[in-house]
Amino acid sequence: MEWMVWTLPTAIFFSVIAAILLGMTTWELVSPSVERRGFLPIATTRGDRLFIGLLSAAYIHLVVVGFTDISIWFALGASVLWLLVLMRWG
Amino acid sequence: MNKVYNNRAWFLILPMLMLVAFSAIIPLMTVVNYSVQDVFDANTRFFTGTEWFEVMLNDPALQAALLRQFAFSFTILAIEVPLGIGIALLMPKRGWQASAVLILITLPLLIPWNVVGSIWQLFTRGDIGLMGVGIRELGYAYNITRNPADAWATIILMDVWHWTPLIALLCYSGLRSIPDAYYQAARIDRASKWAVFRYIQLPKLTNVLVIGVLLRFMHSFMIYAEPFVLTGGGPGSSTTFLSQSLTTMAIGQQDLGPSAAFSLIYFLIILLVCWVFYTAIMNSQKDNTTQGGA
Repeated sequence: MEWMVWTLPTAIFFSVIAAILLGMTTWELVSPSVERRGFLPIATTRGDRLFIGLLSAAYIHLVVVGFTDISIWFALGASVLWLLVLMRWG
Repeated sequence: MNKVYNNRAWFLILPMLMLVAFSAIIPLMTVVNYSVQDVFDANTRFFTGTEWFEVMLNDPALQAALLRQFAFSFTILAIEVPLGIGIALLMPKRGWQASAVLILITLPLLIPWNVVGSIWQLFTRGDIGLMGVGIRELGYAYNITRNPADAWATIILMDVWHWTPLIALLCYSGLRSIPDAYYQAARIDRASKWAVFRYIQLPKLTNVLVIGVLLRFMHSFMIYAEPFVLTGGGPGSSTTFLSQSLTTMAIGQQDLGPSAAFSLIYFLIILLVCWVFYTAIMNSQKDNTTQGGA
């Protein structure tokens, strides 16, 4: 796998994504998701909310990295919080 | 009686998933790896963290290319979608005329991108091109290598010529699939042509239009060969779109780290816009059906 020039941060990143996907699959098998309406303007399933959360997390990181001097760890923290809020009430 | 849910058919998509993993997912992971490093060769690489992203996001040339890209994509969508629907409505519905028109309409779609670029390059030349000479004879100093407005108009015209047929074909097939009963009901109600279009044809076209708009947006957002052959991104950088900036960076300068970071940003933009398009159109449809049911 050396040709892929792995680094520890990217390896952790993809492991977490894979773990989330596995976890979501298991969750879905144990209790299937029901489409519902939260504070988002559209009805979403659990997977929809995860996708929205991850995509907005990517944008949060880009804005923080590109246009502010705030540490990227704050972006990560904010993203995780936002993802949790979205999954619960979105 | 309890219904048994059996989802094992999903295993049938495993071969496809493997293929996609090899052709898309694993290479994308490599791109992510490159975007956080400065890789010189197999053994020499340095971890740079988020530096490339910061550089790319603040690069004025790339920001300008991004704005141009959006301007281009939305312009061609605004022209091609109504034009395509219009053409589809006018196309003959049966007989040999239908086949003949279908073939004629499809022709531009069969031409490869760089050939389209070459055709239009010759077509618009001021000394030998039919269009170039023609416009000059009419008294306008048309020159796509000097005048950015001319270059823009020509690229948009070229894209409209190349890709409107796709929208027209999709809409044509969509129109053909509307049962005659709808039109008969409309005739009984003495519905005007506009009412037929607005309340029968357009709603029935939503699905094909979603596909058409998504395809055309993604295509045009990644456009490379046509403007590259026609104008080379010039005059100046007035028609340099995102993929051309990316190619210059990745192939021309071998800056793999920055171009990987840039690719990811590019990818995220396409992902967001396509998701918004898809969700908006699918939801408007859902609202319509619930209203219709109530």
